[in-house]
Amino acid sequence: MTDIGDITAARLGAEQLAVNFADAHPPLLPAQAVVEANRCYFCHDAPCIEACPTGIDIPSFIRKIATGNLRGSAQTILDANILGGSCARVCPTEELCERACVHTAQESKPIQIGALQRHATDWLMDLGIAPFDRAAPTGRRIAVVGAGPAGLACAHGLARHGHDVTIFEARTKPGGLTEYGIAAYKVADDFAQREVGFILSIGGVTIEHGKALGRDITLDALRRDFDAVFMGLGQTGVKALGLAGEDMAGVRDAIDFIAELRQTPKDRVAVGRRVVVIGGGNTAIDAATQARRLGAEDVTIVYRRGPEQMTATDDEQAWAQTNNVRIRHWAAPTRLLGGQTVTGVEFARTKMDAAGRLTLTEETFMLPADMVLKAIGQSFEPIDGLPALRDGRIEVNADRLTSLPGVFAGGDCVAGADLTVAAVQDGKLAAAAIHRLLCG
Amino acid sequence: MADLRSTFAGIASPNPFWLASAPPTDKAYNIARAFKAGWGGVVWKTLGEDPPIVNTSSRYGAVSYNGVRMAAFSNIELITDRPLQINLDEIKQIKRDWPNRAVVVSLMVPCTEESWKAILARVEETGCDGVELNFGCPHGMSERNMGAAVGQVPDYVEMVTRWCKQHTRMPVIVKLTPNVTDILAPAAAAQRGGADGVSLINTVQSITGVDLDLMAPEPVVDGRGTHGGLCGPAIKPIALRMVADIARAMPGLPVSGIGGIAVWRDAAEFIALGASNVQVCTAAMHHGFKIVEDMIDGLANWMDSKDYQTIDQVRGRAVPNYVHWSDLNLNYQIVARIDQNLCIKCGLCHIGCEDTSHQAIAALRVDGERRYEVIDAECVGCNLCMLACPVDGCITMVRQDTGAAVVTWADHPNNPLGKERAA
Ligand SMILES: Cc1cc2nc3c(=O)[nH]c(=O)nc-3n(C[C@H](O)[C@H](O)[C@H](O)COP(=O)(O)OP(=O)(O)OC[C@H]3O[C@@H](n4cnc5c(N)ncnc54)[C@H](O)[C@@H]3O)c2cc1C
Ligand SMILES: Cc1cc2nc3c(=O)[nH]c(=O)nc-3n(C[C@H](O)[C@H](O)[C@H](O)COP(=O)(O)O)c2cc1C
Ligand code: SF4
Repeated sequence: MTDIGDITAARLGAEQLAVNFADAHPPLLPAQAVVEANRCYFCHDAPCIEACPTGIDIPSFIRKIATGNLRGSAQTILDANILGGSCARVCPTEELCERACVHTAQESKPIQIGALQRHATDWLMDLGIAPFDRAAPTGRRIAVVGAGPAGLACAHGLARHGHDVTIFEARTKPGGLTEYGIAAYKVADDFAQREVGFILSIGGVTIEHGKALGRDITLDALRRDFDAVFMGLGQTGVKALGLAGEDMAGVRDAIDFIAELRQTPKDRVAVGRRVVVIGGGNTAIDAATQARRLGAEDVTIVYRRGPEQMTATDDEQAWAQTNNVRIRHWAAPTRLLGGQTVTGVEFARTKMDAAGRLTLTEETFMLPADMVLKAIGQSFEPIDGLPALRDGRIEVNADRLTSLPGVFAGGDCVAGADLTVAAVQDGKLAAAAIHRLLCG
Repeated sequence: MADLRSTFAGIASPNPFWLASAPPTDKAYNIARAFKAGWGGVVWKTLGEDPPIVNTSSRYGAVSYNGVRMAAFSNIELITDRPLQINLDEIKQIKRDWPNRAVVVSLMVPCTEESWKAILARVEETGCDGVELNFGCPHGMSERNMGAAVGQVPDYVEMVTRWCKQHTRMPVIVKLTPNVTDILAPAAAAQRGGADGVSLINTVQSITGVDLDLMAPEPVVDGRGTHGGLCGPAIKPIALRMVADIARAMPGLPVSGIGGIAVWRDAAEFIALGASNVQVCTAAMHHGFKIVEDMIDGLANWMDSKDYQTIDQVRGRAVPNYVHWSDLNLNYQIVARIDQNLCIKCGLCHIGCEDTSHQAIAALRVDGERRYEVIDAECVGCNLCMLACPVDGCITMVRQDTGAAVVTWADHPNNPLGKERAA
């Protein structure tokens, strides 16, 4: 997108942009990590373990940091979660492990589990240590569709067992949303690609890029040519506002905006002077905050319900506000204003009616905007020949097996929390189930 | 991956981490859990003659220091309070269920040959791997002329050890009390008696604190207290020194290191000073058996990083460097260096040196900013400032090139005996 209305790149100098998109939460210094690790009580049946979707043995890895056994610490993490490095950066820990930490109850100051996890995994990755060996080759071949967190975790689990894996990936780069979706300052310094390299270093996994299921390959063919199939397709669809003028210049999907931003030098990413973001999830927060950090002067998130209903966590909301993003609640867009180019959005105030339904009121207001980012949710886009769906996503059982024998699925394309860590757990469970299926 | 298998007093175990004779090894239930968690061996809680002893309610005390819980731990517990036959049956079952783990049985009976002979026969029948003679318990039992009352008299140590060697084919380990002036005396006595190895240390006589409302020592039992046995992290330095003394003086005598071992690094230190394996009590009582996972993993990772393949390659490596004071180089000179970039201006280096050492750190203000600088000519290289500094690596001690040759006390001009020799 080139300059239309007041949309332009390089609102800030290269130096400021570099600062704005560097690591938002820099790593702990070694001394800080040891002090923090020593705060951990090494609880029995620790609540934090249960709160981690991948069940990392958190007290053990923290104790190993305290004793100076960083290698063992990283191994404990990666054994349960091979994407422990990106999870340490992107997990909403305030909702997961750190919320469950007994220190939260005792003194409202949980152990910084995410930061410690990063400390140990960074140490191992920086030294280029391969934590796991591949078992002797089994000769079994598995197709994985999608090189996102779910697909990568599954592929790694299978490779550890000695199986050969081919990943078919529609995009030109692996990593899924860690590469194309997560906020840049959470995974700075090309971390997504470094992590993929680290995961693949186990051997036995090849990625074929530019191969899309439904376009270049079919599920039938995969089932014929491979011993099992795992699908980690993510959600490629985005929801529309359903208003006239959504094709006006300046109106974009937040997901597209972020993907462009993740793949482009920051001084070449165009952003409006006044930006309105519509939605209440983490995507809205990320789009708004990154728009601000690109130099947008005035960024407002508008959400149709209240702060408690936002799926963005409290920490994420606070983070947006720290970045000078305004969040307005109880308003829904009714009209996109402008001609060729968007100039603003009209909103109606909303409220709950007596029956608890969200309704529009007569009261309206207008926000001027050079850019409108839609962040009202993603959806799974079905492909012909897929196994049975349920509520619009692929239906799986506890092993992540679909309705088709030998076909497994996980991550955002199945029901559950749409989080990296949940995708990793799905991939891990599916790999274990596939291994049992093939090798008894 | 390093090979952690270890052998002590002829007893093999898959790793050098044993649980010391104490509550963690009180019965089959605990021990099965410990073996499941990965411990290489156990020394069963000390057995005695029936009827069993009686323990107090309120048994343990601790020193919590600056927020660290159980920096030292103490107990006024005695030996097992369960009937002998129940223990023997459980030992037999455990050894049958866990054949590749070390199961050693700790014993303490009255100081007569008959008593020792009788219990040894019954213990041998369990199929356990060896016995450990508890000459260490510092309270309760010593008043009954057992435990430390034996361990403090080398002749008794030798006598009882000899009886045991006569009456059993099992390896005999003698557990030493630290409550003596010279640990070498009981160690040598054990060796003369034919011991296959010694284990040390048992607990250190102590009072952990005083309840100032009840005016009684802790732990308080109905308004009164008694001295107990101290263990836990605080006693590690005492134990290290005693282990090293024995390793240096009696290189052929196998040693099991005990005292304040909580993490893999502690174990590595004991092994470097000559121990063949280590035993743990307090750390397990504080955090549960699972700590052994990091001990195993951490020791192996450290050994890998140093290219040590076996425990034997580490064992005793620091012993040749453990020398008498008179063998230290008196011409070695170091001075403190403060890394100004790391300094957080707490001033502790200055005040310690100024008030209590050598007035070798100047407290300056440069453009209003605090700045601490070492006065090289005054610094004697005592390490105090480095030890007090809260920032790792901020103060380091740097060797000065004095050009002087190595001089020990024997050749030092201030040594009156040296002068006499020269004359
Ligand atoms: C803007 C944004 C921010 C987020 N921030 C966070 C966060 O901070 N923390 C967090 O935990 N989670 C966050 N998430 C969610 C997280 O990124 C996802 O839950 C996670 O990436 C899901 O992993 P996945 O492998 O299921 O799917 P994806 O990461 O979406 O990967 C799917 C892969 O499959 C490929 N693919 C799709 N269809 C096909 C096909 N037909 N053929 C071949 N390949 C195909 C895609 O190209 C992609 O590489 C965020 C999501 C978004 C959108
Ligand atoms: C509660 C308690 C009971 C103990 N009972 C015995 C015992 O019965 N026999 C024995 O040889 N040592 C006994 N000990 C001493 C331990 O075996 C060990 O030598 C000592 O605690 C030092 O190790 P640590 O610092 O790892 O605790 C006991 C220690 C504690 C804390
Ligand atoms: S640990 Fe607590 S609950 Fe258990 S026996 Fe001792 S005092 Fe009782």
